[in-house]
Amino acid sequence: MKEEKQSGMTFIVKTITNLIVGFMLVFGAYVVLYGHITPGGGFPGGVMIALTYILITLAYGRKVVESIVSGVTGSIMDDIGAIAIIILGFIGLYIGGTFLFNFLPKGTPFNLFSGGYIILYNLAIMLKVGMSLYIVFLALAILQRVVTTRDETKEAGK
Amino acid sequence: MNVVLLLHSLLVFMIIGAFVTVEIKNMLSAVISIGAVGFALSMAFLFLGAPDIAITQVIVEILSLILLIRATVNVDNVAIELKGESVFHNRTALIFVGIILVFSWFAFGSLPPFGEPLMRVSEFYLYNGLAKVGATNFVTSVILDFRAYDTFGEAMVLFVSISGAFAILRRWKREQNKDFLRIDREL
Amino acid sequence: MTLYFLNFVLLIIGLYALVVKRHIVKKILGVAIMEYAVNLFLILLGFKKSGIAPILTEDMDLRTFIHTAVDPLPQALVLTSIVIGLGTLALMVAMAIRLYERYGTFDMDEINRLRG
Repeated sequence: MKEEKQSGMTFIVKTITNLIVGFMLVFGAYVVLYGHITPGGGFPGGVMIALTYILITLAYGRKVVESIVSGVTGSIMDDIGAIAIIILGFIGLYIGGTFLFNFLPKGTPFNLFSGGYIILYNLAIMLKVGMSLYIVFLALAILQRVVTTRDETKEAGK
Repeated sequence: MNVVLLLHSLLVFMIIGAFVTVEIKNMLSAVISIGAVGFALSMAFLFLGAPDIAITQVIVEILSLILLIRATVNVDNVAIELKGESVFHNRTALIFVGIILVFSWFAFGSLPPFGEPLMRVSEFYLYNGLAKVGATNFVTSVILDFRAYDTFGEAMVLFVSISGAFAILRRWKREQNKDFLRIDREL
Repeated sequence: MTLYFLNFVLLIIGLYALVVKRHIVKKILGVAIMEYAVNLFLILLGFKKSGIAPILTEDMDLRTFIHTAVDPLPQALVLTSIVIGLGTLALMVAMAIRLYERYGTFDMDEINRLRG
């Protein structure tokens, strides 16, 4: 008779995760996009997005989260974030004469599209920071099985 | 309530929490105690007028607690702590620490008094920030416009450290049986 | 000035944990305490008495804001420093896990003895 292995955590944790994952993603996106008006910016917003996917990993197990955003996809998005900063820098060099020159129009204060290219730079930082921390957590989570088997062999050898 | 009095009490709480972290034998308790120090630090940032930093510190503290608990779970940790460290190391470290603390009291007297920053560079950022950048969050305009190159360097440092973590965690597959087969076929 | 001195005591506690303790994770916790102390020192340097956060809101006059705002430059430095601290903590935890797999213990003296 085949036994189904329960992965992840209990039913209560899974229900709460279902309810709050949407709010966490929206709040993380708000902190990133409005980073030039309210406190926040790319760095805390990126870490919040990474924490959302880490919450799904802890509650449901690795197989479920790899079907949403796999390790390869996360690595590619991380690289896109880093390349986007370099492209922004070279466009600024071409238009203004210095690397990372602010080439978009300034707009009126307190508006979403004010402050030049700050919103694009915040989005690139969010991709970079968020996906980096997510894939390093996936890599650290593999070894759980190895650590416990070494403990068992040590106890068997005594 | 006076801000300086509140900061003193938060710092005393952080020192007690750090002392508990260093000296306690059970590893899970040490990790939880450093979480307490981190959250008290976030409150101190809020009272010092830095809301960006307070948000970042809370979020980073949660993630580092997850990573540290991952490193200490399922391992027999108390046996190492019960052995203790050598008495010579302990006493020598404490003597040097005492000497450093005594001399640091005189060194901190030469800093500008608390609450009156010099702000020679920041006056330019505050006067011209709204006209030149157009963003109303002055910390963001300093990071992403006046000092955008430093932020680019920081993103690269994060990239290198995460690549280093991956390079350490990689495992090499040893397929010894296949190597023998290949040698037989070449002969 | 006592605030700077208390902050330095926090740094020294972290340095003591890094140097004297045998368990690798205690050393990592010592590095984390030192990072907290350094970030707090930078923000303490930029504080202005009865100052407000350097974020302009709609009902504020620009002139009074410039004269009462806290220094924004140390906050910009500390913001990136906190996230870099998280990256290096991940690297240190990866190293500690690898050492455990290779030598079977977290004890630094035991690992030095086993390395030969």
